[in-house]
Amino acid sequence: MTTPPSRAEVRAPRRWGRPSAVAGSRAAPYLYLLPALVVYGAFMLYPLGRTISYSFYEWSGFGAATFVGLDNYTSLLGDRAFLAAIWHALVLIVFYSLLPLAVGLVLAAVLRRGQVRGLGIYRALIFLPQVIALVVVAVAWRQIYAPTGGLNSLLGLFGIDSDIGWLGSADFALSAVGVIGFWLETGLVMLLLLAGMTRIPGELYEAARLDGAGPVREFFAVTLPSVRGEIATALVLTIIAALKTFDLVYMTTRGGPGTATTVPAFEVFNRAFNHKQIGSAAAVAVVLTVLVFIINVFVSRVGEERRPR
Amino acid sequence: MRVSSTERMLNYVVLTLFALFAVAPVATIFVTALGPQLGIATGGLHWGNFAEAWAQGDFGRALGRSLAVAALVVTSALALSVLAGYAFGTMRFPGSTLLFYLFLLGLMIPAEAIVIPLFFDFQAIGLTDTIWGVALPQIAQSTAFGAFWMRAQFRALPENLLEAAAIDGSTSWSALWRICVPPLLPSIVTVAVLMFMWTWNEFLIPLVMSPYKTWATAPLALNVFQGQYTADTALMASAGVIIAAPIVVAFVFGQRYFINGMLEGATRG
Repeated sequence: MTTPPSRAEVRAPRRWGRPSAVAGSRAAPYLYLLPALVVYGAFMLYPLGRTISYSFYEWSGFGAATFVGLDNYTSLLGDRAFLAAIWHALVLIVFYSLLPLAVGLVLAAVLRRGQVRGLGIYRALIFLPQVIALVVVAVAWRQIYAPTGGLNSLLGLFGIDSDIGWLGSADFALSAVGVIGFWLETGLVMLLLLAGMTRIPGELYEAARLDGAGPVREFFAVTLPSVRGEIATALVLTIIAALKTFDLVYMTTRGGPGTATTVPAFEVFNRAFNHKQIGSAAAVAVVLTVLVFIINVFVSRVGEERRPR
Repeated sequence: MRVSSTERMLNYVVLTLFALFAVAPVATIFVTALGPQLGIATGGLHWGNFAEAWAQGDFGRALGRSLAVAALVVTSALALSVLAGYAFGTMRFPGSTLLFYLFLLGLMIPAEAIVIPLFFDFQAIGLTDTIWGVALPQIAQSTAFGAFWMRAQFRALPENLLEAAAIDGSTSWSALWRICVPPLLPSIVTVAVLMFMWTWNEFLIPLVMSPYKTWATAPLALNVFQGQYTADTALMASAGVIIAAPIVVAFVFGQRYFINGMLEGATRG
């Protein structure tokens, strides 16, 4: 969700004196941390460990479990629903992450140049998708994608007659879910980038203009390098949102038609609670978590590299 | 920096188009909610849909449960986060870096990765279908973010604040509540608002942790309409509006807490 603090910031002093001016006892910081640590450990870290151990067993949810080693993982390699889910997650990353980044960059750059008044109201409207429960978002878009819904009416205005139920079509359903993700994330990405761009000192632009740079060169020479950190943050946030997609798929398509829109998070739920394949579900959950970790660490590193400190 | 008036006009056009794109689906659900139910061909606005959806979804109780869960999650997670943030942000101690990274890890663990064992273990000890079953995992999630957020807030306090408190003979406990917390109240409110919104909108955890729906929160009430979705889009949309309304209203009044919280929470590190 966020970039870790830089090394220098968290480097510890060599010798440990009093924890702080007011904390006399060496135990004080640990006592303050204890309640959070207990709850976090008991209800997140411990279950995470349990999920990992479940993934080595075959279990239907009751009765005895059989240890099967890595079988749950190896059988995922030939599991078409799982492979489809991973592929769909990658497609959704394009919609949730890359497209919003491209559109967000252009919009933010345009808005930064012209000092727009009344940005507050626009900010609120653009941010609105972020505060609405995803299940409700799903209901809204089901209506838009319905055979007699908003999208087909809109197409009708352009002379295209269509009565497709977009979410029910094997060809379009995944893109239709992706567009919902694009709608969700673009505003957030744009506001994140805009916040970063308004922190760029004006002199940098003055200098670029003296060198005769137009808006396009200005964008690539000044704006883009300055918001590297914000770009990394936006990518981490939106990629994780794409990988964790569950509510939307559950409420719009339940992974269908067939496996056309299934995603890893939905596979976890479906295997565990509909098919009673706990071991396999746990293995998918572990793969999903590892994916989230790798992408998070990788993108943060890349974003950090040339970030001015 | 001067910008031509044509360019400024263009900016407003771009902004307005984009705002329309953001609002259109929200408007759609509202229009659908006020539309006729299937088989009723009368025109006009059907405000009665809300009453009917309210009754069918049993929203009086569902919203009450949502409020109870959110109150429990926010107060608990807030208390734990302030204490942890105080230690991380103002104290030096062996293992602080390692422990902090442990909490950071929590920001990356998806709910899907913990929900299966939580369900079976809670079922074994009789905690499924209780408020604790639904709330405890979310307290843990919110605490991971809260500890991280509060650490940054406590670090931003001027260092001599605690030294002055020490000269006055404060203990660390009284310095926390009397010296540190008052100036941090705005950021504490911000993180509370975010926690409330996340808990209110959460779907997977109450879905799994309350299989008999005794602690099903408001978003789950949509499932009642799901089975008959071909027939009742108007009622389903009304239900959606009822679920989203409390957060949207809160957003209208406290948007800076929502927006600044999300933007800062994302960038800070």
